[in-house]
Amino acid sequence: MSHIYAIIAETREGKLRQVTFEAIEAARQAKGETDRIAAVLIGHQVSELAEELARYVDGPVHVIDRSDLAAYHAEAAFAAASAALNELNPGSVFLGHTAIGRDLAPMIAARLEAGQISDVTAIESDDDGGIVYVRPLYAGKAFERKRFVENTSTRIVTVRPNNFPAAEPLPSPGQVVSHTSPLPNLRSAVKEVVRKTSGKVDLTEAKIVISGGRGVKSAEGFQPLERLAEVLNAAVGASRGACDAGYCDYALQIGQTGKVVTPEIYIACGISGAIQHLAGMSQSRVIIAINKDPEAPIFKVADYGIVGDLFEVVPLLTEEFEKALA
Amino acid sequence: MNIYVILKQTFDTEEKIVLRDGQIEEDGVKFVINPYDEYAVEEAIRLKDRHGGTISVVSVGPDRTTEALRTALAMGADEAALISDERIGQDEYSVSKALAAYLGKQTFDLILGGNFSIDNGSGQVAVRIATLLGIPHVASVTQLTVDGSRATALRDAEGDAETIELTLPLLLTAQQGLNEPRYPSLPGIMKAKKKPLRTLSLEDIGLTEADISPKTQRESLALPPARQAGKLLKGDPAQQAAELVRLLRTEAKAL
Repeated sequence: MSHIYAIIAETREGKLRQVTFEAIEAARQAKGETDRIAAVLIGHQVSELAEELARYVDGPVHVIDRSDLAAYHAEAAFAAASAALNELNPGSVFLGHTAIGRDLAPMIAARLEAGQISDVTAIESDDDGGIVYVRPLYAGKAFERKRFVENTSTRIVTVRPNNFPAAEPLPSPGQVVSHTSPLPNLRSAVKEVVRKTSGKVDLTEAKIVISGGRGVKSAEGFQPLERLAEVLNAAVGASRGACDAGYCDYALQIGQTGKVVTPEIYIACGISGAIQHLAGMSQSRVIIAINKDPEAPIFKVADYGIVGDLFEVVPLLTEEFEKALA
Repeated sequence: MNIYVILKQTFDTEEKIVLRDGQIEEDGVKFVINPYDEYAVEEAIRLKDRHGGTISVVSVGPDRTTEALRTALAMGADEAALISDERIGQDEYSVSKALAAYLGKQTFDLILGGNFSIDNGSGQVAVRIATLLGIPHVASVTQLTVDGSRATALRDAEGDAETIELTLPLLLTAQQGLNEPRYPSLPGIMKAKKKPLRTLSLEDIGLTEADISPKTQRESLALPPARQAGKLLKGDPAQQAAELVRLLRTEAKAL
């Protein structure tokens, strides 16, 4: 029997997010030959994005385009997504493991009495052809292989950003279907959204992350890191030590509390490398550590280490990268 | 105000993970209240200080979880319930059904939980409970004010800050930055010993095994491959910087 895999797409600053294409790729890996992939797009003035999305799926793209969906609003997005999913009747629903996906997926799972496997980093097939989902435990100190039980009606999956390749477009586009049904009365209202991250590279999606620890010494101490991040189109992160000391916002924290990142390059500046921090970044492909203390545990996981003062090394690195990328 | 806090007992964040016979070794491990749930307990106490009422903490877990619940009582919660039943397992569908069944029979204005647990890390249970109970929720809250039946929550959405207004009853999950959890005081620890802590089975919360039959199952566990220490770059800082960029390009092929 063929199933529909529904992807709940995400937009950010007028674009489809990278993780949406990664979720499509994940669904392609999980689906059977006769299964089809559909998409759900919620937002405002997203018709062009719907056409773009349609090039990546062989099923319909259901679009709910309303002015009151311009900013993410849990209740409204849930109502809109539920309406589309009712029509699609999917066997599986895939989302990004993002602020939105983490919020929306469990609502959908609860409503559908469905199982959910969160934060998936890889998909494998078992000896018997069953699909197994790999996901981290303890922020990556361990990994579990998990599967849905046989009789699960719907399977909900959230996909960790930066772990699946982005899907390639298909030769013939899927069809765009517009929804116009009104939203129910809402019990909550989004009063204000402050876009602190506007124009910045998203921490969990960044290919390069530059992170500061206690060694950064102050909020101003992050400036050389930010300058390097600009040159490399990287995101800036922080250790718990730096956040606790008030040098930066908790939103930047990387670790077992905070965010887990898996970039191509991770540059740890003035971070000693507590176990709880290592859990959040040790799956990065290449790790670089800059620290004054040659005994700092961070050097035990770093591919390349520089023992030195970050305030001296980071500006020099910035110059070198500028030259190399010119 | 009746506040319920859902909490989980987890490994301390500084614990290493060791596998024995394919299972995570728990012997000798230091257990704590899941750090995000600790913010929820603290926030409940601050709300009670301001608005009065009672704080109940509830958990699903093995018997050792009573220790985490006693800590919450020592911090200032009034009563605790542990749903401890081997049949419940780890699946988020099962755990959320059990907690929702219990909470659905209580009278509450506010349910607080953590943004996610640092062990399993899926962040499903609290949001599922809100949906099962039919109440609105805000996840990842860094600031909260309650005024009568109105609440205003600041939500951290991957660094962006959303201000959300809603009416009680509702569920919130706590994010870092919400508050600084207190340590239990000695008198608090003494008082906690006398506070009610009930242990409940599946039957006590009115469910059968079929009601919580899991939707997912674990096939296996593994540790990630250990990382090897790489090379320390030599020379003065300018040489080190140049060498690093060269190696990233030629050896690591990351540029």
